[in-house]
Amino acid sequence: MPWSWPRFLEGVVAGALVAACAGAAASPPAASRPQLFQAEPPPFTPGIFPCSQCHTDPGDPTRRALGFHDDVQGRFDHDAEHRWCLDCHDRADRDVLHLSSGEKVPFTESYRLCGQCHGDKFRDWRAGVHGKRVGSWSGAKTYFLCVNCHDPHSPRFKPLRPEPRPLRPEEQR
Amino acid sequence: MSVPGRPSSPSPPISRRRFLGQSLAVAASAAAAGCGVEELLGRSFRELSREDVRKVLARAERRQSARFGRPVKVDAAGPLPGVEFGYGLDLSRCIGCRRCVYACVKENNPSRHHPQIHWIRVLELDKARGVDLAHADVYYDAEQVPRPGHFYMPVQCQQCRKPPCVKVCPVGATWQEPDGIVVVDYDWCIGCRCCMAACPYGARHFNWAEPELPAAELNPDTHYLGNRPRPKGVVEKCTFCIQRVRRGRYPACVEACPVGARKFGNLLDPESEIRQAMDRKRVFILKEELGTQPRFFYFYAT
Repeated sequence: MPWSWPRFLEGVVAGALVAACAGAAASPPAASRPQLFQAEPPPFTPGIFPCSQCHTDPGDPTRRALGFHDDVQGRFDHDAEHRWCLDCHDRADRDVLHLSSGEKVPFTESYRLCGQCHGDKFRDWRAGVHGKRVGSWSGAKTYFLCVNCHDPHSPRFKPLRPEPRPLRPEEQR
Repeated sequence: MSVPGRPSSPSPPISRRRFLGQSLAVAASAAAAGCGVEELLGRSFRELSREDVRKVLARAERRQSARFGRPVKVDAAGPLPGVEFGYGLDLSRCIGCRRCVYACVKENNPSRHHPQIHWIRVLELDKARGVDLAHADVYYDAEQVPRPGHFYMPVQCQQCRKPPCVKVCPVGATWQEPDGIVVVDYDWCIGCRCCMAACPYGARHFNWAEPELPAAELNPDTHYLGNRPRPKGVVEKCTFCIQRVRRGRYPACVEACPVGARKFGNLLDPESEIRQAMDRKRVFILKEELGTQPRFFYFYAT
C-alpha cells in the first residue's frame, strides 16, 4: 500500500512546516482573507508509487486477503469489517482514489473521499475547527490533510508518551 | 531613624553644594549598579514617549545581549487595530501529551529548573467527575497518554476581560492591552505577588531565584512585555506569545499541539477559527461564576 505512517506526531513534518512558514508569517497580517496553503501529503512508501508499476490491469474485484501489502493488511482498522482496498482505491487506475459516485480523486485531494462518510468532521475541518493549521492566524497559513495526521488505514490516534511532568515545589530547591 | 553616613541630629541645613554632591553620589552608585539615573527616576513603560520607548528597548537589548553573550532582539510591537485575541481549546481532543508546555518553554524564555516555570499546566481529570479541579493532577506521570478514564485540561492565562490580577497590582505593573493581552512590565513589578493571590487560575508565576536560562536555550526574538528574559523577583505569565501573535503568527502552543486541539484568532472576526469554534460547538469558560470573563474558551468538538 502506498501510504506510510506520517511521522507528524513526532513533530517532524510540523517542525519542517513551521520553519517553512516562519518567513511568510513574519510579515504583518494582511487585511484580506487569509490565504490557505495545503500541506504536502505524507510521502508514499519509497518505490511504491505509481501503483500502476505493478497494477497494470484492473485485476480481481472480489474482496479477499492479499498476498502482498502485508503492512497495510496487518494494521488495517478502518471499518475493516465492511471495507477493503477497492472501496477507496480505484480498480481501473490504481494511481488515484475514487468517490462512491465513481469520480476519480487524486491522492492530493483525499479529503473529499474522507468527507463522504465523515461529513461533520469535513465541515469543521474546512472552517478550521477540526485539525490543525500553522503559520499566520491572520494571513498565510498551512492546513493539513486528513491523512497528514490520521493513517487512512488505521485512523484512530495512537497513544503518546507524554513530556516530563513539572517539578514539584520541593524538587526545585 | 538615622541614615548611615549622615549625622542624625541636630540636622544641619542642607547646602546646595552638599545636595549636588549627594545627588552625584547616588547617580554614580546607580551607574555602578548597572542602571541609569533616568531609570531610577523613570516612568512605567506605558507612560513613555515614543522616543523614550526606543531608548528603553535599546537599553534592554544591550543588557540582555551582555547577559547571554549573544545578540537579543527586544521589540515592543503594539496592538493591531480591530483585533481582540481569543483562544479555544478542544477538550474532546486534548490527550495530555504536554507538547504545548515545552513548546511554550522553548519560545518564552522562562527559568528552566530552579525555579522551574511553566506557563501551561496540564491537568489530568477523571472522566467520572468531570471538570472537578479539587481532584485535578498536574504531576501525572504515565508511559502513555491518554490514560483510560481520564481527560486532560491545559490551563494557562485566561486573558480575562475583568482581570483580578490587574486590579490588585499596587504599582500598575500589569495591565490589559487593547488587543486583550494582559502583560507585565518586569522592570516595574515589585514582586509583591498580590496578582498571584488574586488570579483564580494559578496562571501567574514568580521568579523566586535568579532565572536559570542557558544562553543556548534562549529565544533571542523577544518582546518587552512578553518573553524578554526576566530578572529575579518578578511575576510572569502567558501572553498568548505576544511576540508572535502581534506579527500575525500563531502562538507556539497552537503549532505544537499534535492533535489540533488548540485554536487561536481574532474574536472580532466572525470567520476566524476561534469564532467558528464558538459558533458551532459547546463552549464553556473556566470559573465563570467569578465574573472574570476570560478570553480563553474550552469547547467540545464531539
